[in-house]
Amino acid sequence: MQNEERFQQHRKEWENATLKKVTDRFPERKTEFKTSSWLPAERVDIPESGDFEAFSEKIGFPGEYPFTRGVQPTMYRGRFWTMRQYAGFGTAEESNQRYKYLLKEGQTGLSVAFDLPTQIGYDSDNPIAEGEVGKVGVAIDSMQDMEVLFDGIPLDRVSTSMTINAPAAILLAMYIALAEKQGIVADQLTGTIQNDILKEYMARGTYIFPPKPSLRLITNIFEYCSKSVPKWNTISISGYHIREAGSTAVQEIAFTLADGIEYVKAAVNAGLDVDSFAGRLSFFFNAHNDLLEEIAKFRAARRIWAKVMKEKFQAQKSKSMMLRFHTQTGGSTLTAQQPDNNIVRVTIQTLAAVLGGTQSLHTNSRDEALGLPTEESVRIALRTQQIVAHESGVTNTIDPLAGSFTIERLTDTIEEQVWQYLNKIEAIGGMVRAIENGYVQKEIQDAAYRYQQEIESGERIIVGVNKFTIQENPPTDILKVDPQLRKRQIAKLAAVKQQRNSEVVAQKLAELRRIAQNSEQNLMPPILAAVKEYATLGEICNILREEFGEYRESIVL
Amino acid sequence: MSKKIRILIAKPGLDGHDRGAKYVARALKDAGYEVIYTGIRQTPEAIVKTAIQEDVDFIGLSLLSGAHNELFPKVVELLRSRNAGDIIVLGGGVIPEADIPGLKEKGIQAVFTPGTPIRDIIAFIESVKR
Repeated sequence: MQNEERFQQHRKEWENATLKKVTDRFPERKTEFKTSSWLPAERVDIPESGDFEAFSEKIGFPGEYPFTRGVQPTMYRGRFWTMRQYAGFGTAEESNQRYKYLLKEGQTGLSVAFDLPTQIGYDSDNPIAEGEVGKVGVAIDSMQDMEVLFDGIPLDRVSTSMTINAPAAILLAMYIALAEKQGIVADQLTGTIQNDILKEYMARGTYIFPPKPSLRLITNIFEYCSKSVPKWNTISISGYHIREAGSTAVQEIAFTLADGIEYVKAAVNAGLDVDSFAGRLSFFFNAHNDLLEEIAKFRAARRIWAKVMKEKFQAQKSKSMMLRFHTQTGGSTLTAQQPDNNIVRVTIQTLAAVLGGTQSLHTNSRDEALGLPTEESVRIALRTQQIVAHESGVTNTIDPLAGSFTIERLTDTIEEQVWQYLNKIEAIGGMVRAIENGYVQKEIQDAAYRYQQEIESGERIIVGVNKFTIQENPPTDILKVDPQLRKRQIAKLAAVKQQRNSEVVAQKLAELRRIAQNSEQNLMPPILAAVKEYATLGEICNILREEFGEYRESIVL
Repeated sequence: MSKKIRILIAKPGLDGHDRGAKYVARALKDAGYEVIYTGIRQTPEAIVKTAIQEDVDFIGLSLLSGAHNELFPKVVELLRSRNAGDIIVLGGGVIPEADIPGLKEKGIQAVFTPGTPIRDIIAFIESVKR
């Protein structure tokens, strides 16, 4: 009985403090929420009997530690997640048109895909860029390309996510410089840079520098943004690519949170106060087809991170303990066979992300196992999110699956297994060591191998691939990037180099080199100064390559 | 006993998607071949150099960034220019069907796209091995 009284007291405190603080400033979308046939839809359902203490401790209330039920007290009753389609290809002009199209169709945030030379710090005229310019994203060589990319898009009115890691500081600097040109102060900018180098070493591959200087760059960004770009998400600690590389759901969370721990450690060791930057850390996860496992995965991730921040790093602010995340549906679950079936897969994955409490979402297009998505495919993907948001009703009640025996058991199991990995990695000496000695890669590869073997043997069924197959004609309408594009991009780059003041550029690059040599100093100011003078991405990265050296992959098979 | 077939699995271009390449490498190894894997971000020059040094019979190229039309034929050209045109080159990854005839014309002997069972790759190797 006493137990129940305490619980009712907790509930009142949540309503009067946590919830009210938010609803006073941001009223919910409707005054009353109902199901499709007008039954009441509660904001949040709680148990009527049972072990209240365990409920409060493990599940609790949304917007409150340990955040199992979500990071905001109103979740999607307040506002929907940000619908953010990752896009970018060809030149800045073409990508700019795609962004304008997506904004017109109701997308609420931008997400920039860069081509591989940009992601690895090479200009388009570098011989190594042959065949790659503009292919998997837009080519950015200098500020001039950024000016075109965001032409007609006021940067104080969109939030922009940039999938950029090793050269994240440079692209962020270009974005800040561009905002300045538009007359916008940096403290108004909202968005995210991925800036997560550790997962590049283990899964995604666009690394440049070795771990130590890479962690310095990341810490420098944390520090610079906490003062000058306070609304910016300085990192998006990503499990997405780990999962794509074939990991299990448990490994996805474990290795991502282990990366997060490494970044927090690096920043704290550099002298930053944990609460000065932890609130701007964000995460990025995958959503696969196993609906219940995925929902449990997101809930477990929030609960573990809250504990890590509170107990391990002694964070004081509630915001520092919140795991806010972006989700992308699982690219590796898409099939080239019967591609329209992918729309259904993406719908299941969208539900997983939303029932798991995501803050933003990219839904893959049906044709991404074949090539770049067409405009029509992208529209269907966006419509999938809109249907789940506006028609499915799952947004009316927060964390609606809480208390399900299955969901709670899976959440607990995932949490337990993630802690086992975190302890193991700690024993190895942290994530950098665990990557350098190949432990993490081996774990992922073993899972990937097992998964594929199950498909080969028919034990795991992939509809349209190893069962229910048909004879089909190859698809015809695949978006192609113009093979002449690189030539045009190189000509543009040459023109920029012609027009800029090369003496000033050389000065700025020399200054950057000097600061790179002093590990106590922050690299952001000299990078910002260099991009403003149209120093290219490749020039800046080359200086840093010379000073920092380059990472070499440790091959594990 | 005849010499074991040696296969180089290589990742030309800049993309880091190595799940497929590593899977194929490991599965071919399990099937009894000698397999060498280059790691990601290899230039065509580096791949050809390794192939010749390692005296391989096959090269399996994996690429998912869309640079296959440029980089796959380049590997074949370089092999031929170094008198190693007898090494059989295979391709895999996200390769649009429409590009496959062009690649075959340029000397890539087979292209295996996502969803291909490993036994199809093995069957191909067995059918063309010298």
